[in-house]
Amino acid sequence: MKPVIKLVVAILPILLIIGCGSTEEKAEGAAGDSVSVSDGGASTASASDGSQLGDGGTVTQAEPVPVVEPEPEPIADKGSADSDLLSERKIYFEFDRAEIKPEYQDILQAHANFLMANPNSSVVVEGHCDERGTREYNIALGERRAHAVFQFFSLQGVSKEQVRIVSFGEERPDVEGHDESAWKWNRRSVFVYAE
Amino acid sequence: MISQSYAALTIEITEGVEDAIPIAVVPFKWTGDKPLPKDSDIAEIVKADLSRSGQFAPLKTADMLAKPFSPRQIRFKNWRILEIPNLVIGQVRPGKNGKYIVEFRLYDVYRQKQITGFRYDAQPLQLRKIAHKISDIIYEALTGIKGAFDTRIVYIKKFPNKTPKPYRLYLADADGYGEQEVIRHDWPLFSPTWSPKGNQLAFAMAGSLGQGVFVFDIEIGKQPRRVTKRSTKASAPSWSPDGSQFAIQVLSNGSADIYTMDILTRKMQRITRHWSIDTEPRWSPDGSRIIFTSERGGSPQLYEYTFDDKRIKRLTFKGKQNLRASFSPDGKMITFVHLSKNNGYNIAVMDLGTREMRIVADSSSGESEHESPSFAPNSSMIIYAANYAQKGRKDKKTGLVAVSLDGSAPQRFVDEGIGEVREPAWSSYLN
Repeated sequence: MKPVIKLVVAILPILLIIGCGSTEEKAEGAAGDSVSVSDGGASTASASDGSQLGDGGTVTQAEPVPVVEPEPEPIADKGSADSDLLSERKIYFEFDRAEIKPEYQDILQAHANFLMANPNSSVVVEGHCDERGTREYNIALGERRAHAVFQFFSLQGVSKEQVRIVSFGEERPDVEGHDESAWKWNRRSVFVYAE
Repeated sequence: MISQSYAALTIEITEGVEDAIPIAVVPFKWTGDKPLPKDSDIAEIVKADLSRSGQFAPLKTADMLAKPFSPRQIRFKNWRILEIPNLVIGQVRPGKNGKYIVEFRLYDVYRQKQITGFRYDAQPLQLRKIAHKISDIIYEALTGIKGAFDTRIVYIKKFPNKTPKPYRLYLADADGYGEQEVIRHDWPLFSPTWSPKGNQLAFAMAGSLGQGVFVFDIEIGKQPRRVTKRSTKASAPSWSPDGSQFAIQVLSNGSADIYTMDILTRKMQRITRHWSIDTEPRWSPDGSRIIFTSERGGSPQLYEYTFDDKRIKRLTFKGKQNLRASFSPDGKMITFVHLSKNNGYNIAVMDLGTREMRIVADSSSGESEHESPSFAPNSSMIIYAANYAQKGRKDKKTGLVAVSLDGSAPQRFVDEGIGEVREPAWSSYLN
């Protein structure tokens, strides 16, 4: 269920990020709705969605094939690649680690750029852990994950006043469950923008 | 603020014990007209206490050949035949102003002599407390160790997130009876711990209001007050033995370090200075040391800081991780969470003299995971929280477990509600 959220949230325009202080939980709840809306746009798939369609794009044979596989998404009027990245509000960590993985650097850079471009905006960076380990240890580990994000922002030039970090340890899992399929989504840092 | 819900935790004795001391606790004679208050059967409470300790094997009432309640009624041969060396008899009489008079006597069957005996004047709601006091006296008379039955436990319950104020702090008697909700909050409550005198509790709270350590007086029931500075992200409180200071974990610049803090002046002193996580400090009962968890060696292990020489030494080397130590009140042992090679969370005890470690609660069967061990005030039992995996379900069944030090006679207080029970801490002796 998790990977879907990324796609759907990605189409939300940047304005939403600034406008509403909605929590991550709300964004998840909205996921289902947004997907069904994209149905109508099926016939007007644009070329730029090639990566979405993948191998389906080469199927230009005699008969028209009804689109069954991935639904093409209507393309919002994106300002830049950053808006895509900005809508990603969570990054994930390895077990017992707080290093930012290379694949999340672009996301963090986009948020850093946004914060610098909007000095009146502020963000709470939450640090979370999976359920393994003791509570106090995880409070420290969550802080460390949030702080890694904070440090990244600071190095990029984001004002310290714009960023606050909070650790929830293992108390707020995103996904219930007691194995790696749940744990990998719970070892995370979440960015919550204030109005 | 305080609500009561009795028997939310139900007790389940899971294993018999070998080498336990046989004892007969004869049902106490009640001479009044009206029935006694609910759950106030003294002999039953004493029997449950003694068997919970793992050191006694009370005779079943059905196997008794006689049921004396006064000294003159005792025929010692009735007990010798059953090879019962210890006998407890007693009675409850109506006293003045709705009170009760409880008396009991403990006999040595083979020497045909009274070992000890007491009479109590009890309020109706004190009958269970009196029963626990009787258990304490019997336990001490026969083992030489002070009993810890008339004591209490504190623990946290976490209800599902959609519940308003899902974090709740509870008090209960050491046998799980008389559960009382004391505090509830939206933000995570954790690390509850007793003051040395047992009249106050400290706990930590996380979240956007600012992480900190809070204290409240149990008897007065006032609002908990924040004792750490609002600007300090503190948690994991452990009282100094004289009650004047806390050892705490402080988060700063992404690092967790151990500090001490004077409770009155809030003056802090830094104990550890390391980029790695240092957490879960516990002040030793003699005040000379602090044991804490650190991942400075690559994985979380236990370390010891000595105030005298300000040195830090590593204490644990076996297993993948060792965390959240707690001292035995006699200062001779620590109990902690031990992550074994097969990734199970076990409860271990280490003798600080010999540095030998043994497992008292094993998770290798995969049936349960264990956490948050805490010693009874007489250092003879440990209480901890257990999570029981449920096939095909994502929620956990949780409970508290009390075990004797050799791991025998585990007794579970399984929670029947929807809340997750966690982090029990045993009080010091009361009074």
